[in-house]
Amino acid sequence: MTPDPFALRDPKLASKFARLFSRLAPDRPVKIVHVCGTHEIAVTQHGLRSLLPEPVEVLEGPGCPVCVTSTADLDCALKIAEKGAILCTFGDMLRVPGTELSLAEAKAQGADVRTVLSAEAAVEIARRNPGREVVFFAVGFETTAPGTAAVLLDSPPQNFSVLASHKLIPPALEALMALPEVDIDAFLAPGHVSTIIGSDAYRPIAERFQVPVVVGGFEPLDVLYALALILRQLREGRAEVENAYVRAVLPQGNTRAQELLARAFRTVDAHWRGIGVIPGSGLALRGELARCDAQERFGVEGELGEEIAPGCRCADILVARALPSDCPLFGTACTPLSPVGACMVGSEGACNVWYRYGGRPQL
Amino acid sequence: MSRRPLSEEAITSLHGAGGELMGRLLSERILPKFELNSAGPVGLAALDDGAALELPPGVPIITTDSHVVKPIFFPGGDIGKLAACGTLNDLAVMGARPLALTLALIIEEGFPLEDLERILTSLAKVLAEQSVALVAGDTKVMGKGELDGIVVNTSGIGVAREVITDAGLSPGDAVIVTGPVGDHGFALLAAREDFGLDSDLVSDVAVIWPLVEVALEVGGVTAMKDPTRGGLAAALNELARKSGVGIVIQEERIPVRPGVRGLAELLGISPYQVACEGRAVLAVREDKAEQVLAAIRGHPLGREAAIIGRAVEKYPGKVVLDTGVGGRRFLEMPLGDPVPRIC
Repeated sequence: MTPDPFALRDPKLASKFARLFSRLAPDRPVKIVHVCGTHEIAVTQHGLRSLLPEPVEVLEGPGCPVCVTSTADLDCALKIAEKGAILCTFGDMLRVPGTELSLAEAKAQGADVRTVLSAEAAVEIARRNPGREVVFFAVGFETTAPGTAAVLLDSPPQNFSVLASHKLIPPALEALMALPEVDIDAFLAPGHVSTIIGSDAYRPIAERFQVPVVVGGFEPLDVLYALALILRQLREGRAEVENAYVRAVLPQGNTRAQELLARAFRTVDAHWRGIGVIPGSGLALRGELARCDAQERFGVEGELGEEIAPGCRCADILVARALPSDCPLFGTACTPLSPVGACMVGSEGACNVWYRYGGRPQL
Repeated sequence: MSRRPLSEEAITSLHGAGGELMGRLLSERILPKFELNSAGPVGLAALDDGAALELPPGVPIITTDSHVVKPIFFPGGDIGKLAACGTLNDLAVMGARPLALTLALIIEEGFPLEDLERILTSLAKVLAEQSVALVAGDTKVMGKGELDGIVVNTSGIGVAREVITDAGLSPGDAVIVTGPVGDHGFALLAAREDFGLDSDLVSDVAVIWPLVEVALEVGGVTAMKDPTRGGLAAALNELARKSGVGIVIQEERIPVRPGVRGLAELLGISPYQVACEGRAVLAVREDKAEQVLAAIRGHPLGREAAIIGRAVEKYPGKVVLDTGVGGRRFLEMPLGDPVPRIC
């Protein structure tokens, strides 16, 4: 018998969680932070915030890879496109504002910018256009980085190179803990990223900062289960790593993917939009792959421009210091059709998700 | 075998020039498809400058829509069927029995005549089934590359005993949807994109007047809308805004086919935001709701109809979704074309 793909949306089980939450309700405000656009979609789309006890707040931190890409990296991509290369990237990147232009605006002015769904698709474009330089502008966390590593290590064509802007989640979690006025009580760790890095990767964070870290999946019951484990840890005064997504995540993660990452990349300090430089949070191509490094090949450097427009609270939203509804521009001056900040551009950005799925209304 | 001249296989610019070729195209290929071609003293066969109509008592309702769809032939229909149903359905949700239609074709040079015939045949079939007359028409040809294949415009006239608007909802009214939502949009997405999936999704494109008619016979219908572009979410939001009431929807009661639900999950596109072409959303006074539902379900097109929610005083202009897992959120007005997410 085929298992019911929607079993993890069972209303009866969900209502049991609602009762469990009332027993686990903390007696003080609790801030749970996740760092994954798909978690934000699951929480918002299913209205899960309305099932949580009053003092519990769930916020998206820097969980949208498109949103945290710095203007410097975007400007590098723009310069490469201006030099006549075919620039391939994920669809959401096109509308993110650079210092002066977005890639979509550059495209409208004649740059050859193409949307792809994977690194392999960019390699395919390079194979079909042997006379042109083809650059893959690689964004995303540990989930998408192995795909980039795989094509880099698989003898890509001479005319193919990568502008690497991949970012790593554990250093970002550490950086959030160190920020003033963020005050995180627990992390809901991202299921997709964790399939690669494994749940053990969060142990140093749980131990050093004494916060519960629970890996969660993306169906409503997955998320509710993970949140219940977090509230139980807080009630019992524990700060451990727990895995609420055992059907996909191993303690050690996907070692084959980790090996690919280690062979293709070295970790470097990276700039996150709205946050600043986070040590060891970026991936750069290893020296052996220098010929595939677009930044070297085109001799481009990006400069940090104005990353946050006046009045926009993206910087606070990206570090879980504010909710989209705290921003005066949300839904008025800033909408998905005319976004002011990066969080409204990316389909995984907190503002974009809240706008599309109704956010956390007072119902 | 000798090759037939191009003008007999495909549309050429000469077809749009009003001369002999145009005359032949009309008299041989287009007009014979439409048996019912008059709704008064002057009809289509007269090839006059317009049609003269004789309408039964009631309020005349008129509507127009230009149809563009890719692919032109899709699972469950084609642009001809769509162009007929789309306009007849707009009349139906105003409360009007459709009586007559006009048809304007704008065709790209090189468009295969065989395809044109198929399109007109399916358009004519819809009109014949509903006893709607084609009373006037026009054909234009544009140069190669000046448009993508074909644009079909239809205008429709009907007569309503009682005009039903979008603004008639009152608190307490039940909200009924006449069948599963999202079929049309996802059938087209599946046919258009190469997802490498075996999909048996079929568009729901159909004329909804028979369902509307049985509902109106029972009475108590306060508002109606066809959830086309923007899907159920857009239709409900428009009803709520124009009526100045809130609408609370129980998500688990919204009929969605498993195939649509699966594809929606895979692509990250809400089935509530994707077009239907053969469904209606009706608001019905509380005391008549069950009766209207039973009448709709009694028709083969409406077997999966359901009461999905109620109008409320709270939340004026907004739609609230009670999610299947017990959560609550607003069901927002969709923005634009949904795009698959990246990771």
